[in-house]
Amino acid sequence: MTASTGEATGGSVYEYIVRTKDLAKYYVMGGQEVRALDHVALDIRRGEYVSIMGPSGSGKSTLFNMIGGLDKPTKGTVFIDEVDMAQLSATELAWLRCRKIGYIFQTFNLIPVMTAIENVTLPMVFAGLSTDEALDKGAELLKVVGLGDRRDHKPTELSGGQQQRVAIARALANDPAIILADEPTGNLDLRTGKEIIALLKRMNEEKNVTIISATHDLKMIDVSDRVVWIRDGKIERIEERADIEVNVGVMEGEES
Amino acid sequence: MAGVVDRIPDKAGIQHQIMLPWSKAFQMTRENIFVRFGRSVITASGIFLGTAFMSAVFFGGAAAAVKANLDLRQGITPQAAEMQARTIWLVTMSLVVATVGIVNSMLMSVTERYKEIGTMKCLGALDRFIVRLFILEALLLGVLGSVGGAVIGTAAMTIMWIGRIGAKNTLVAWVTPAVQLGGKPIQLWVCVVIGVLIGGILSALAALYPAWRAAKMPPAAALRSEF
Repeated sequence: MTASTGEATGGSVYEYIVRTKDLAKYYVMGGQEVRALDHVALDIRRGEYVSIMGPSGSGKSTLFNMIGGLDKPTKGTVFIDEVDMAQLSATELAWLRCRKIGYIFQTFNLIPVMTAIENVTLPMVFAGLSTDEALDKGAELLKVVGLGDRRDHKPTELSGGQQQRVAIARALANDPAIILADEPTGNLDLRTGKEIIALLKRMNEEKNVTIISATHDLKMIDVSDRVVWIRDGKIERIEERADIEVNVGVMEGEES
Repeated sequence: MAGVVDRIPDKAGIQHQIMLPWSKAFQMTRENIFVRFGRSVITASGIFLGTAFMSAVFFGGAAAAVKANLDLRQGITPQAAEMQARTIWLVTMSLVVATVGIVNSMLMSVTERYKEIGTMKCLGALDRFIVRLFILEALLLGVLGSVGGAVIGTAAMTIMWIGRIGAKNTLVAWVTPAVQLGGKPIQLWVCVVIGVLIGGILSALAALYPAWRAAKMPPAAALRSEF
């Protein structure tokens, strides 16, 4: 598996891998309309590492669900590679989730009855790989995330950090263009969280995967190309890496 | 990286790009049954008890007929008709009770796996893969449960009736019509085999609704559920 740029393999390549246009999600709770997301316009470039930051309840998980095609927006559109997600059939959406997007969750969400290697190879089964191919590739991916010796362990026999590594290997199973992570360090201690962030950054650089992470973990800022701050369902501000460099030192100082 | 420029294929092509082969589904189901053994036993025991009871009732009907020297092949006497009505009533009730039991435990079993279902859909599973996995699981448990129930039910009754009417007459009961359906007498062993098949089919049907409902949920909603 060598990381090459999209141009090298031919075909059409767009600058923005994810675009949202006037995206909105309203919930009705206790007879009251809650605007979890409102007028969100966000363009994410191919190969970027983007952190979506905000306090809990700010709408970042809702945005994560919309971009990942896990829920339908009330208004507006999400484009993945300039394809409008709302226009996709159930099968096309499944295809997208299977091959184009890798998901990582705060609670790891490994299938509890399956071993590490079975978890990692499950998306490959859906993608039609033969058992042998899937096992080879799965073992390789577990090695990449540093768990080569844990392939036959069940999630309950793994620590939180190890489970998240398996989840990362699983997210990479079908060489996705995008990895979506929802609070990937939320259930991990400081050091393990840092390791997971470093691993995500390494995948971002080595495999040229676009990483979009919803988080309120300030450690994430350090590796991000851009930080999108969300408050009350709206984008408050978007900071480029150059603008935030200064702040990072202070935040790191607070934590260590 | 291939994923970067992969376009969504057309309608014909996409069917071959998202799949869950039956062999793999079967393997996943089998592992699931063993890993969640306690849950599997509870699900299967509903149909087990139902089929055991049903086989026992059929057997009792046939053996009683042998004892009373009644033969359903020689037309229906009032006495035989009454016995048959009672048999059919008891069997129907046992199957209804067993079905309610399976629907209940399948609902539980699906509900506690919402998160898993949501995760599988994130990994590219189609709704019908989820339904397939649950139906297969219910079918396997239903067949195992009803075969077990039929074996235990008839074995217990065989032992009991050997004591009452002797080994020879008990053997005769095995090939004696237990009920008459649409004017055709049906032998005891055929009744038991049909009962086993019904048990398997009923439990697969019982899984259909909960599995379909869970598969249809948007992944975000399935993932949110805590259990």
